[in-house]
Amino acid sequence: MTVRKFIESIWIDAASLVIISILYIVPFVFIFLTAAKTPAEAALFQFSWPSQFHLFSNIREVMMFGDKRMLLAFWNSALLTVGSVTLIVFFGAFGAFVMQRRGDRVASVASAIMLAGLIIPPAVVPTIFTLQWLGIYKTVFGLIMVEVAFQLPFAVIVLRAFMASIPRELDEAAIMDGASPLRVFFTIILPLLWPAIVTVIVVSAVFIYNDFTLPLYFLPGSQNVTVQLTLYSFMSQFSSKWNLLFADVVIITIPPLIMFMFFQRQIVAGMTTGAIKG
Amino acid sequence: MTSNMQSRAVLRTYPYWFYLPAAIVFGVFFLVPTGLSFYFSLTRWSLFDATFIGFDNYITFLEDPMLMSGLRNTVIYAVLTMGLKVIIALPLAMLLTSIIRLKGLLRSILFFPTLVSTIAIGITFAALMQPSAGLINTVLGSLGLPQPDWLGNPRLALYSVALVDVWRGIGIATVIFIAGISSIPQDYFEVARLEGGTWVKFRHVILPLCRNATFTVILLAFIGGLRSFDLIWAMTRGGPGFASDVLTSVIFKEYQAGFYGLSTAGNVVLFILVTIIIYPLMRFFNRMEIEL
Repeated sequence: MTVRKFIESIWIDAASLVIISILYIVPFVFIFLTAAKTPAEAALFQFSWPSQFHLFSNIREVMMFGDKRMLLAFWNSALLTVGSVTLIVFFGAFGAFVMQRRGDRVASVASAIMLAGLIIPPAVVPTIFTLQWLGIYKTVFGLIMVEVAFQLPFAVIVLRAFMASIPRELDEAAIMDGASPLRVFFTIILPLLWPAIVTVIVVSAVFIYNDFTLPLYFLPGSQNVTVQLTLYSFMSQFSSKWNLLFADVVIITIPPLIMFMFFQRQIVAGMTTGAIKG
Repeated sequence: MTSNMQSRAVLRTYPYWFYLPAAIVFGVFFLVPTGLSFYFSLTRWSLFDATFIGFDNYITFLEDPMLMSGLRNTVIYAVLTMGLKVIIALPLAMLLTSIIRLKGLLRSILFFPTLVSTIAIGITFAALMQPSAGLINTVLGSLGLPQPDWLGNPRLALYSVALVDVWRGIGIATVIFIAGISSIPQDYFEVARLEGGTWVKFRHVILPLCRNATFTVILLAFIGGLRSFDLIWAMTRGGPGFASDVLTSVIFKEYQAGFYGLSTAGNVVLFILVTIIIYPLMRFFNRMEIEL
């Protein structure tokens, strides 16, 4: 590499870093700065250093607000996320296993239906009607069912694609030894499917944790808030306390940030493979 | 053991009842409500009783300027966000697959907003777009540029929200393009390098050979755009007036007002819109797909 070329390439690096940082880091810095301000300062919406640093007391105030509603929201969100993701993984892996191994007409019909599930938006009031009829409207369980229904297609597509790379000879050997379907699935398939399962877990977890629309419709009422709904209700309750609203943003962004630091590779892989062969 | 018996033993290992858990949940909570929506959209509905009124809800839809502008805005929003995501993310992906040293870091920075709550992003940008003291207008003002009221101007609000949507979606689009470009065999780039510069590489290698990734980005962005709700709701609630209402926000407003039949008709309109746009597009893309 010549000196000129080296300088040229450094120049591209520097320029891209500056532009992308301004566009993509500044909004997050703004969140952080506003969350540390006093109510009066935050209401100015200025991008400035807080005159007094109140981040931790603001966070504490948000956590204590309304009889510790934030804690209830975190509990509900955790229940929702863990419950949904568990079911998505098992139901999705069961389906993807038979779908890929048989590859018959039923499997192609099933995969067409899964594709429709990725595209078609939820029918809001008829879903409420169905939940009410089953007596699970306004319950976390009911919401879990809806989230599972809407995330299953993604899981099935990712898992089925990966299933193709697990050699059939492995199942056949076990079958010759007289293993039952469940045994084949749990002792052979599931462990080998693990990399794809991690991808499904991480991507669905982030998606469901961040979901706003489905909880808004199917889990209304202040007893049942999820963390995303707290943002929505704080928007009206904290109308003059932007510092607290942004402190709430800081708090609820921490879990996905942690996921991102540990699982970035799986998330990117999941979102691209799931997408490209969708 | 004969091979016939053997293959039957193998098939028994892949029993249809493995579909059951997924089929029940998907059937009850997705297929049934979707099917019901066609019927209930033809009724005046209070959840407890439904009166059949034929196509009245759809006629209301066609005659109400607010509902129709919601339909138009949905299409504008989806086309605009999809187009901008493709136009911006493809060159970015080229940049991030070239020799640039910081590509890992830059890719992470671009991708992170994908994982942040849409409502949080909406709140943040509503503050940044605040007309007098907001950061965006402060910067524009100091450069001597006009300072629009991003979310308060009815002619601008929808586009302002669309820009934030693009900001958020660039990361995932770029990552898909990067996967597409990385799957192109290196030889093609060699030839392009000998034949000419970056333009040749873009026009004759990346554009045709990363077609599958382009199709994916278009489809994902289009579906997302047509169904988009949270960001619009967090930033403008469809306002000012009805200026930035889209079908999903209309569905929500009608639901809140207790017009369940009308809300469901909105759902069916969205269903039809998504299907008539996405399904032919998918068929077309499938035919055009290339194997590398």
